[in-house]
Parts: sequence; C-alpha cells; structure tokens
Amino acid sequence: MSLALLKEHYTNKNIIMSTKNWPLWEVFVRSKNGLEHRHFGSLHAADAEMALENARDVYTRRNEGVSIWVVESKDITASNPEHNGELFEPAQDKVYRHPTFYDLPDDVKYM
Amino acid sequence: MSEEQIKNLEKQFEERIARDEKIEPKDWMPDKYRQTHIRQMSQHAHSEIVGMLPEGNWISRAPTLRRKVALLAKVQDEAGHGLYLYSACETLGISRDALYEQLHSGKAKYSSIFNYPTVTWADMGAVGWLVDGAAIINQVPLCSTSFGPYARAMVRVCKEESFHQRQGYEIMLKLTQGTPEQIDMAQDALNRWWWPSLMMLGPTDAESVHTEQSMKWKLKRKSNDDLRQQFIDQTVPQAELIGLTIPDPDLKWNEERGSYDFGEINWDEFWQVVKGHGPMNKERMKARIDAWEGGEWVRDAAMAHAEKKAERKIKQAI
Repeated sequence: MSLALLKEHYTNKNIIMSTKNWPLWEVFVRSKNGLEHRHFGSLHAADAEMALENARDVYTRRNEGVSIWVVESKDITASNPEHNGELFEPAQDKVYRHPTFYDLPDDVKYM
Repeated sequence: MSEEQIKNLEKQFEERIARDEKIEPKDWMPDKYRQTHIRQMSQHAHSEIVGMLPEGNWISRAPTLRRKVALLAKVQDEAGHGLYLYSACETLGISRDALYEQLHSGKAKYSSIFNYPTVTWADMGAVGWLVDGAAIINQVPLCSTSFGPYARAMVRVCKEESFHQRQGYEIMLKLTQGTPEQIDMAQDALNRWWWPSLMMLGPTDAESVHTEQSMKWKLKRKSNDDLRQQFIDQTVPQAELIGLTIPDPDLKWNEERGSYDFGEINWDEFWQVVKGHGPMNKERMKARIDAWEGGEWVRDAAMAHAEKKAERKIKQAI
C-alpha cells in the first residue's frame, strides 16, 4: 500500500472507529514510607485495576515507589488560576500568622 | 476580551517566563504558545513511540541474554517516555486519540532518524551511542523549559536515558574488541549512523524557522548548530577511544576554536527523509498503524470488561 493509500485507509477507518476511549487517570506515588504520595503523571486505562498495573509499569520501573494511588482525572476538582487572587491573596497580609511577627526580648530562650 | 487586554496578558505572560516562572496547564497562555507546545511535545512523544520500532527489530535476535534484557528495558523505557510526553501534551486540552490520529495520518512528524533501517546487531550499538547521545543533548536543556508538565516529563526522561547511551557504547566497545568481522560491523554501523545523527539536531540555524520564539519560551536554550558542535566535540574522542573512524574526511581539530571542524552535511537527504522519502518511512508508519488497529479489539474488550465489572458491583450492592 502506498503512504497516501495508507493515510486514506486510516482516515476512513477513524470515522467509524468506536468512540469508547479508555478514560484518563491521575497517578500518585509514595516513594518510600514516611513520605506523602506525590503526583507523578497520568495515563489511560479501562478501569482502576488496570490503571494501577499500568502505573506500576509506566511510573515505577526503577523502584520509584512503595505505594500507588490512581484516581480518575474527571473526579478531581481543581481551583482556577484566574481566581488565584481571591483564593490566595487574603493570606498575604496576615503576617501575624508567622512567629517573626511578634517582638520578644533578645534574651528570651527556647521560644 | 479586547485586543488590548490580550496584549496586556501576553506581556505579563512573557515577563513570567523571563523571570523563570513555570507555566502550568490551567494558566492563561497565548494560543501560539499552546499550539507550539502541542506540536513539539507530540512530535517528541511520537518519536519515542516510533523509535521503538528499529530496536524492536533486534530484541528476538540479541546475541546474549544480557544484551536482550538491556534492549528490552530500553525499548520499554521508550514506551514510557512516549506516555509521559503524551500525557503532558494532553494537559493542553488535546485528546490522546487526536494525537494518534495526527501521527497516523501523517499530519504530525516524528524524528527522521527512525526512518533509517537497523540492518545489523552493531546498529543497536550505534543507535544507543549516537542517536540517544544526540537525543540527550537535545533533551537536557528541556528539563528547565517553561511549560511545567513538559519540564517534569523531561527530568524523568533524561534520568532514564543515560543508561541507553551507555549500553549502546558498550555494544560498540565489545564489537571493536572482537574478530575482524565484528570490528568491520561496528565501523559500518558508525558509517551509516554518523551523518543522520548530526542531522537529528535539526536544520542549520539559518534554515531553522522556530528558533527565535522557541528561545524566548525556553523550548530551546541553544541553537541547532551549537548543539551539533557539542555532540561532535564529545563524540569524536569516544570513537577514537574504541578505534573507530568518524566517516568524515574533513573532520579536523581546530585549535583556535577549541572544537572540531567538520564536513558538509547532505541537507537534501535530510529534507527528503522529512518529506517521507527515507528508506523506512512507509514501513514505520505501516507497523505503527497495524499495531494500533490490530489492538483495537483488545482495547474494546478491556472497556467492555470494565463496564461489566462495574455493573456487577452495582447489582451486588442492591
């Protein structure tokens, strides 16, 4: 088959192809006990069990983890960076939440 | 949004990048930034996926078990690298299926180096040593690129890639310590892969259309010609060390520059291969499409199984 024919074949095929794609999952890995699970990336899988198995192969080929969490990407609610102002700015002027805000004599120990 | 508002956002955006801030997927970004990243990251992912094919060719014929496990691990890494990059690319709002469709329809490109055949075992050595060597030179600067998911994927890729190059060089080393036929085989592989590896670092700066913008966005930190010079300067002594000759009669150390001068690259060949007329373009695409279509029933079956399991769980709960 020529490359042009191949392309045409593929394009036609694509139109009738089933649209049931494997959903997207987010992968979190605990590198070792004592550390938290950290976001490693994402992958596609038919179900949670397969997502775990794929995560093992994709993200922990070199002993990068002792525990894996997977969660379907659509189940994550994320904040919108455009709202970062009203979400995070209120914390900026609350310096009294930090220990350095308080004036203490230099001689005070263990505080 | 008015034109002025967009201009303003664009200015803030460029300033953030100039300050070395990272851009994350949900941040506002100019459409050109998004499109350029989809293009470059998907090309990169496609290259990893198609790049498995020339090496897959030798897995069943590796000369020893040691070589076989190494080659298998390398090819598996490449699948992994493709997946990190596809998922990083998907954060920009394009689906995996759309990305595959672009590859299979020929709309998206992949690295032309994979359109050359791997005809002897020594090619596994040359590919690891030279092709992965050139890839590392290309990729290391991307670990600090401006788009967060791309930079993070590249950190993982670069960490894993160094074994690829070392196993390739070790194959060459062993061959050069072998029989006259094995030495010839190693030299022959170097002869065939040297020039395509130099081309892998991209067209000359004068011909490169994306350089200026890419530099600004930190998609590129050094020009193609600088990267190529770096590759040549570090590879020539490696060839000498194992008694192989770089197939370039014009190659000469330039004391003044502290670099090697080298011969003319055949850019006609490069553009021919990019346009689809390389020795293996057709075979690579066919293998890729066959794998995707041949696997369709497996993907469908897995999905049907997952749905059935979920239904059963609901029934049991009732």
